[in-house]
Amino acid sequence: MASAAALSAANTGLGIRFDRIERRFGALVALRSLSLEIAPGEFVALLGHNGAGKTTLLRITAQLMRPSRGSVRFFAASAAREVPFTTVKGRTGLVGHSLLLYDELSAEENLTLFARLYALDKVGTRVTNALEACGLSSRATSQVRTFSRGMRQRLAIARALLHSPRLLLLDEPAAGLDRQGLEWLGAMLERLRGDGCTVIMSTHARNESLDLATRAIVLAGGRLQQDTGAVGDPRPLLQELRAES
Amino acid sequence: MNALRATFTLFAKECRLEFRTRELLTATVVFSLIIIVFFNFAFDPTPAEARRFGPGLLWIAFFFAGSLMVNPSFAREQTNDTLDALRMAPIPSFAVLSAKMLANLLFLSIAEAILVPVFSVFYNVSLVGILGRLIVVLVLGTVGLVTTGTVFSAISAHARMRELLLPVLLLPFLTPLLIAAVSTTISLFGDAQELDRTWIVFLIGFDVVFLTTSWLLSDFLAEG
Repeated sequence: MASAAALSAANTGLGIRFDRIERRFGALVALRSLSLEIAPGEFVALLGHNGAGKTTLLRITAQLMRPSRGSVRFFAASAAREVPFTTVKGRTGLVGHSLLLYDELSAEENLTLFARLYALDKVGTRVTNALEACGLSSRATSQVRTFSRGMRQRLAIARALLHSPRLLLLDEPAAGLDRQGLEWLGAMLERLRGDGCTVIMSTHARNESLDLATRAIVLAGGRLQQDTGAVGDPRPLLQELRAES
Repeated sequence: MNALRATFTLFAKECRLEFRTRELLTATVVFSLIIIVFFNFAFDPTPAEARRFGPGLLWIAFFFAGSLMVNPSFAREQTNDTLDALRMAPIPSFAVLSAKMLANLLFLSIAEAILVPVFSVFYNVSLVGILGRLIVVLVLGTVGLVTTGTVFSAISAHARMRELLLPVLLLPFLTPLLIAAVSTTISLFGDAQELDRTWIVFLIGFDVVFLTTSWLLSDFLAEG
């Protein structure tokens, strides 16, 4: 147990094991007895219609929601090396439906705040680099509320990546992004995949970033409908879904 | 991250957000000033009456100012689900809560620093010789008020009618604190100008109990 040090040393992604998880909202069952294992470094495309349970699964993975039943375990390198929740907390990045940014703070102030909360070193340099990477250097001191949807989304992604997470959860990350923004997102995801970061991305099948996926999972009615597996090729399934949509 | 550092980082964020808009401070100070000034004109109290009834009025004004002030503490985090971002950061839940408590304490103290001199002038109550002891009472009462208020702000953040719900939830819990604070202030404004030690001990006890409870419940409260 407690391979937090190993996680840092190996700079590996985080693996996740969902064991018969179920999540209820009153009478509504969002996830039904879902069992799944995602290996460190996998790039998972999470697909499914609206209400399939994708966001609920991502929120449970981000530890923002507890499953009503079942368990979630995190591990590094091998399933036997469990990582404690407290370590996982600082190694996870989330881009959700909401921006997770303060509208009244500037882009720079938002990133600086989160850099400090994650106890990062060289805060100023990191923030400058992050703003440059997402193309918002010229608007660094502008309040977020003055940004367009696409600019906000780019800043939200920059915030999620600021602490170099080993598990990145993306819920419709392409929302609001223009062509340039989509290219930046694709390049960023490619770099993360190369670094061995585990990525779970919920999006529609047409998103071109899904070409980076090493695995595709389809949820329907809170159940696992299709899974190409850790060694399978997700491309045929993605092509099939693209043709359908 | 160290809990103290996280608390001060978040406290700085709370102050920056408030001083950038000054929405809360302006609204609460104006509202409380109206209460104090209107009651003065409505009852036109003699100096003796003012010393007897003034403390009650003063603490009612502080209570309403406090409940207005703590209301948006957690509700404000709902705009972009920023509480989720804070929950995902490697910081103790109590840091989020304590930063909001400290910020509310600062804002309410600023409001009190404006209200008390206005009260003194309008009600002809001299604060000379009792100011230091009055500050002790104000600090103890305000700490209890903002601690309890911030906890209930977290509880009521998701309620549809939270502006109405918060004072309704808060008042029963704060009644003992208000009685203690008013009684101590009355004894201070009296001829003897003495602090009632029993009520001071009660105020300290109230603060300790609610601070400890909020620390114990911080994980649950941060879940929103």
